[in-house]
Amino acid sequence: MAGCRFFAGYPITPASEIAEHLALRLPQTGGIVVQMEDEMASLGAVIGASWTGAKAMTATSGPGFSLMQELMGYAFMTETPCVVVDVQRAGPSTGQATKCGQGDVMQARWGAHGDYASVALSPNSVQEMFDLTIYAFNLAETYRTPVIVLADEIIAHMREQIRIPPSDEITVVDRKKPKASEKMFFMMDEIAPMPSVGEGFNVAVTGSTHDETGRRFTADPIVHRRLVETLVGKIRNNANKIVEYEAYNIEECDVGVVSFGCTSRAMYESVESAKEKRIRVGFIRLKTVWPFPEKAVRDMAQNCKAIIVPEMNLREVYYEVERAVHGAVPVVPVNKVGGSEMITPEELTAEIVRSVE
Amino acid sequence: MTLPFCVGCGCVTVLSSFLRAVQELGHKDLSRFVFCSGIGCSAWIPSPYLEADSLHTTHGRSIPVATGVKLLRPDLNVVVFGGDGDIAGIGLSHLIHAARRNLDITVIMVNNMIYGMTGGQVAPTTPLWTKTTTTPYGSFEYPLDVTRLVVAAGASYAARWTTAHGEQLKEAMKKAVTTKGFAFVEAASPCPTAFGRRAGFKDVAEMLQWFRQNAVPLEQATKMTEKELDRKIVVGEYVSREMPTLTENLYKIVREAEKSA
Repeated sequence: MAGCRFFAGYPITPASEIAEHLALRLPQTGGIVVQMEDEMASLGAVIGASWTGAKAMTATSGPGFSLMQELMGYAFMTETPCVVVDVQRAGPSTGQATKCGQGDVMQARWGAHGDYASVALSPNSVQEMFDLTIYAFNLAETYRTPVIVLADEIIAHMREQIRIPPSDEITVVDRKKPKASEKMFFMMDEIAPMPSVGEGFNVAVTGSTHDETGRRFTADPIVHRRLVETLVGKIRNNANKIVEYEAYNIEECDVGVVSFGCTSRAMYESVESAKEKRIRVGFIRLKTVWPFPEKAVRDMAQNCKAIIVPEMNLREVYYEVERAVHGAVPVVPVNKVGGSEMITPEELTAEIVRSVE
Repeated sequence: MTLPFCVGCGCVTVLSSFLRAVQELGHKDLSRFVFCSGIGCSAWIPSPYLEADSLHTTHGRSIPVATGVKLLRPDLNVVVFGGDGDIAGIGLSHLIHAARRNLDITVIMVNNMIYGMTGGQVAPTTPLWTKTTTTPYGSFEYPLDVTRLVVAAGASYAARWTTAHGEQLKEAMKKAVTTKGFAFVEAASPCPTAFGRRAGFKDVAEMLQWFRQNAVPLEQATKMTEKELDRKIVVGEYVSREMPTLTENLYKIVREAEKSA
């Protein structure tokens, strides 16, 4: 419904179902699904497809996401819109292929080398897998950037009822196209228009440092500085338009929680349990992990006595929360790895109670 | 605009052969072409020096990017330029799979038997015992016959020439571009700066002479022993056949799926 026309991917647990389902359905709408020889070829094909004007995506998990990092950097550098789904599983390396993890958060921000800023969304329900994928395509087209849908194995394998709205209720954003006489296609303060190949623009796309026309220009330090500052700036300066989160009670809470993905499902029940114990809990549930909603977290820190960060990894979002609150309140990590069991509502409630004492 | 190639670089011959080929095919400009290239000196043949759409990608990944372009725009001529390191080193898997799929693109591999841009390290195509920067005592690996590999993988067209055979190279490029299916042209190319200097060649004239003296036509090579062919460069057209392309096969599936919806 977002207008995706091309999927290229490689089988990997627990994301293969995405390729399989799209292989069945996308051609029915005239779209193309091709299984490539590895994850690098998959993202490469997606990038090539994007430069013909098509909305393109791939889906993978941790090991595949690692393989894709070089081309992620290329897509950031060339401002190529695309959607990359990473269904997180327990890592590092092969890890627990069939079990859940949330350990790719930092990689989704810093996975490629060099200076750039990423956008990563974190669905916590089947409905959000649907909604946030559409949002991902829209963000990709608006900001000319790869957008990561940072799902996890539990959310990805859940079955829930969803509502698919009629198409006239869905907003679909398309990239800005250049006028015929345009020559500048990169690194502009307002996102640059994006030409397609085969339309007479003679566009030069390169991963080397380049100027606004796209021509490779590595000798001038000012050109490089302007380029990377634009790549970072276009996300940083538009963060308030990109960031999405669910906030509850952040003005009046004794304890705050910052959670995302599957872990947030336990959080809702915890909040209710804590209420019964007369503890006022507030939370920020991340829908965008990157850019990180630091202002919202900082605001919550003004009111509460501690912020708890539960995650199925050994601290990742914790560091962002710590950075955002800047010492204002203690930040308490609740970490569970091992894949088979989520952080339970009881475990989280116990931590909430402990933090208040 | 000055070209970035060293004096004596074979890339200049490859570039001019290609442009003459395209012109002789009747093109007035490059508007029907999209160029993809990876990293290396020959990747700079199209990018950004040709007035055309060019995608200068990461090392070894020009062929996957070309795949995405061609599948969405089968009407355009997608041409990949790359060196032996880019196409047959890091990118070898993608080369083989594109040939296997009979992806309707043209790949022109400029084979200077070295990693030239980074200063002259040994490559998968470097002849045995050659002195390079990472094999200062001589290389100890057998080189790969890329054209033969590509034929085995399923290419519709594959040919090898050297830059000392400019006319044949141009004709091969014409055939490659007009071939329906995966087309591969290997151009053995002199790199006096990174290969020639350490391998004992005085200048590019000596290297071109070496090409001419050691080039063996394919028909003749089939009658020679492996020992006789050691350090020879077999030139000619290895395969020219027609098979349904990836685009044809894929679109057939898409049309059937659309009907079944």
